[in-house]
Order: sequence, then C-alpha cells, then structure tokens
Amino acid sequence: MAFDKSEVEKIAHLARLHLSSSESEEVAARVSDILGLIDKMQSVDTDAVAPLSHPFEAVQKLRPDVVTEPNRRDELQALAPQCQDGLFLVPKVIE
Amino acid sequence: MIEKTVTELCAALASGETTSEALTRAYLDRIAEHNGALNAYITVCEDSAMAQAREADAQRAAGSTAPLLGIPIAHKDLFCTQGVLTTSGSKILHNFVSPYDATVVERMQAAGAVMLGKTNMDEFAMGSSNESSYYGAARNPWDLNKVPGGSSGGSAAAVAADLCAMATGTDTGGSIRQPAAFCGVTGLKPSYGRVSRWGMIAYASSLDQAGPLCKSAEDAALLLNVMAGVDNKDSTSIDLPEEDFSATLNDPLDGLRVGLPKQYFTAELNPAIAAIIKTAVGELEALGATVVEIDLPNSELALSAYYVIAPAEASTNLSRFDGVRYGYRCEEPKDLEDLYKRSRSEGFGEEVKRRIMIGTYALSAGFYDAYYRKAQKIRRLVKDDYARAFEQVDVIIGPTTPSPAFGLASIKDSVTMYLEDIYTIALNLAGLPGMSVPAGYVDGLPIGMQIVASDFAEAKLLNVAHQFQRVTDWHTHKPALTANKEA
Repeated sequence: MAFDKSEVEKIAHLARLHLSSSESEEVAARVSDILGLIDKMQSVDTDAVAPLSHPFEAVQKLRPDVVTEPNRRDELQALAPQCQDGLFLVPKVIE
Repeated sequence: MIEKTVTELCAALASGETTSEALTRAYLDRIAEHNGALNAYITVCEDSAMAQAREADAQRAAGSTAPLLGIPIAHKDLFCTQGVLTTSGSKILHNFVSPYDATVVERMQAAGAVMLGKTNMDEFAMGSSNESSYYGAARNPWDLNKVPGGSSGGSAAAVAADLCAMATGTDTGGSIRQPAAFCGVTGLKPSYGRVSRWGMIAYASSLDQAGPLCKSAEDAALLLNVMAGVDNKDSTSIDLPEEDFSATLNDPLDGLRVGLPKQYFTAELNPAIAAIIKTAVGELEALGATVVEIDLPNSELALSAYYVIAPAEASTNLSRFDGVRYGYRCEEPKDLEDLYKRSRSEGFGEEVKRRIMIGTYALSAGFYDAYYRKAQKIRRLVKDDYARAFEQVDVIIGPTTPSPAFGLASIKDSVTMYLEDIYTIALNLAGLPGMSVPAGYVDGLPIGMQIVASDFAEAKLLNVAHQFQRVTDWHTHKPALTANKEA
C-alpha cells in the first residue's frame, strides 16, 4: 500500500516527530517499500487463527500491592535537562 | 592468554597461572591498540575495570569461587550500568549515565565478572550492520571494510578480536546470531523469558532476549548458567526449574534427529553457504544423528509479521524519550509540542524514525486489525510450524545468514537490509532458543550454522553445538588483525 506525504505528516504528528518537507518525501517512499514487504501477509487467510501476543501465552503476573522501591527522586532528576524544586521543567503550557 | 575461552581463563585464574589484574590489563592494552580501527566499544571503563580486577583477586585470595571471578567481559550498550554511560547507540541517550544496573549486569557482577566497557550497536538495536549507531559503525575484524553484523555488532567484533573474554548481546530478530555468524564467534539467543529483560533498553518487548556472544558452546553454557533465572522485576521472565547447562554438554548425539527446513535450502541460498551447512550436518551424522527434511511453510511470512510487531512495540517503547526526564533536549523549544518533536527528531536516527513511523501507522485508528492483529495471527502460524516440526526432530539446522558479511555502506534500502534476517527472525516470533556457531568460510569470511531447539531446550542446543565443536575447530580460528590494520 502506498503511503503519501500527507499521511506521513499525520503519522509523524501522532509519533511526535518533526519531518522537514524533503524528509517527508523520503520517508513516504521508504515506508511504502516496507509496507510492500508487510502486505505479503494479507494473502493468507487467517480468519480461523487466534492472535498470539506472547510466545508462550503467559499472562500478567500479580504481586502484593506493597512498596518495594525506595524514593530516589533527587538522583533520578539529576538526569533531567531541567528541574526545579523537585519538578521537571518544560515550556509553559497554560497561559 | 587473552585468546582463551572463559572456561580456560577460569582454570588459569584458579590455578594461579594468571591474575585478573594481569588479564584485565592485557585486554585493556588490546582495546587501546585495536579499538580505533574496530570501533567495537563506545565506552571503555579502564579505572573501574582495574579496581574490579584487583577486588576479584582479593576475593579469590579470601577463598571465593564465584563462577566468573575475575573474567573480563563487555556489555552491549543497551544494558543499564550504574554510573556508566548507557547510550543504546543513540544520540538521544548521549548523556545518559544510568542510575541503576540491569539484572543481567547485576548477575554477571555477582558472579565476579570484571566489566571492561560497553559495546557498539545499531541504534536501539534496530539494524543488521551496526551502521545505524550514532557513534559510527563497528568494523568486522576479519575485514575492516565489512560490517560486523548487528545489532550486537560491537559485542561480536570485540569477542572475535579478543578485546574481551565474552560480551553480552540482545536478540530481537537475529541481533546476537547474525553478528556472531559474521564475526566467527558463538552466539546464543535463549528462549523468550529465560533471561530477565529488566534494565535492557527496550526495542520490542515481546521479542527481545539477552544472551552471550563468546568463543565456544562450552562458554555459552557457563554464561547462560549465570545469566538465566526468573526476576520479579521482569514480569515476562519465566520461572523454570534451575538447570546446569554445562552438565549435559557431553551427552552423546546417538539418535539425535536433525531437521533441515526445505524452505532454507533453495536456489536463493548462496551455494557455498549451502555446502558448508551440509558438511557441518555431515559431522553430526558421523556422531550418530539422523537427518530429515522438514517443512516450515510460513517462513517467508515471518519477516512481514516481524516488521509490524517489532516497530509497533518500538513505537510505544520509544515514546518515553521526550526530552523531559532524561537524555537529549533540543535547543530553545518554543512550546511543549516543539520540545517533544524536535528533541525526538534531532535525537533519533533515520532508521529509528522509520520504524517509529511504521509502528505508529500499524497501531493507528482503522489499521490495527489489518496490521497488528493480522501479524499476531501470522505469529501463531509461525509458532505452530515449529511445534509440528519438533514432533519429528530434536533440533533444526540451517544457515544463520543468507550471505557472508557484506561491505560497509553497501546496502542502502531498508527492505534489502531486513532480508538479511530471513533465517533468524522466526525464532523470535516463536520464542525459541537458537545459536549460531562458526562452520566454515566463504571468501575468507566466517559463516555461521544456526541450530534451533524447542521451547526451553537450551541444554539440547548447547549439547549439539559443543559436540560439533569437539570434532571441528572453526570456533578457534582468529582473524589476522594486524594484517588488515591499515585497511
């Protein structure tokens, strides 16, 4: 299936990626190629097949709802580009 | 001494023939000499490695017999290592010094291993050539103009060139086995869930699995003993009875049933590679194995399903890189959306962006059933193919790759690159364990034989690989590094 430039822009926005106009064209062409490879699977009838999401069909394990991790906020926030008073700083979102 | 296997080094350390300090120094010197040409390491931890080596020697003097005590190793740069740069091969993590250790790192450390450094890789493990690394491509020690394979290309190159005794890798679609094949080393991808994924920077969570790249199947067994085990921090790790993978290495192969998939031995396979694999299978027959042809009818579709499932999972996993909490942030964002978009677009490389786009598309409204759900159904068909095959045979054998290591910058389009993983990808969809072991050469480049076993049958896999290595010596061959140093 072909992937046009406007579709690329829509998907790029969903993925929070910024693509320049020339990049969008390149991505449209390459992604169309990849979708060509992927679309081979449409030729197989899978109506009677159940999807497999985990190779051994394991289910989510549960654990008691108790705190096991210590609070390492300061250590973890030291990795952030910008922090103040224990908060991550981003450009203003509310006027 | 540095060319020896982990098993041999353990004996040399135990007997006092050498010390961890001397060994670690020798590997660091070797890295200093060759890493410029190979680019196998992104980070070398000279000071901490020497400190760990001295500590290992002190522990040995105090009576410790930890299984990897004093063995110098390397970790692929997507295993989080506390206090050490962990980049996953990406610019977006160019400044990420992990605040914690991955479970695999912890287990290796508890076993006494010394960490020499972190190895190069395709960005976020997305690639088959190591060329998508932000830190430049690692090179193949057998020919510096060829790729080492990927994504664990730095680990494979480092092991092949004796820049470490072993290295960890991860395998989502072939990322341990393919570079192991290209660099002439032994690589093991365990069953999904055998080894904890906690602290591995995620690519595709239902496919990713960690394992060793090393110099023999005997080493792989020893290393899997250390790496494997259920972990409460990874809810997909599987609670299996504890096994000693070294214990069954010497079981005889009498009556072993080997399956050769008819879909692998076609006109498209390089005839020289086909001949090498047939000769290798002949060695196993001489050891008592019987060979039958098997049918894996959905082999070709595995690649299509993989390139939906892996990008879909990647697009969600990589949404965490937002320029807010850690990693790269763009200069002067004008608002929050601009911060997200530019930090991600400037921080991710081309292939990563492509896979995020594919994954986002496959999961977007209106396309989920046609892509993601369809791929999961194909995934079941692939799994069922193997289940049927393993009713007839104990192991499945074929080539690891369709060709030997290719030239740097020789493959330009994504689909051609993806086809490099044609023989390895199905195992990840099915969760099966697989190995690549050196089996010969084409044009002076190593060729790998892939051995596949059924769910959690790593012991069988290692037994077959070890018996093969007892009657062949391909795994002991070394690249003539000095000869092509100027390439």
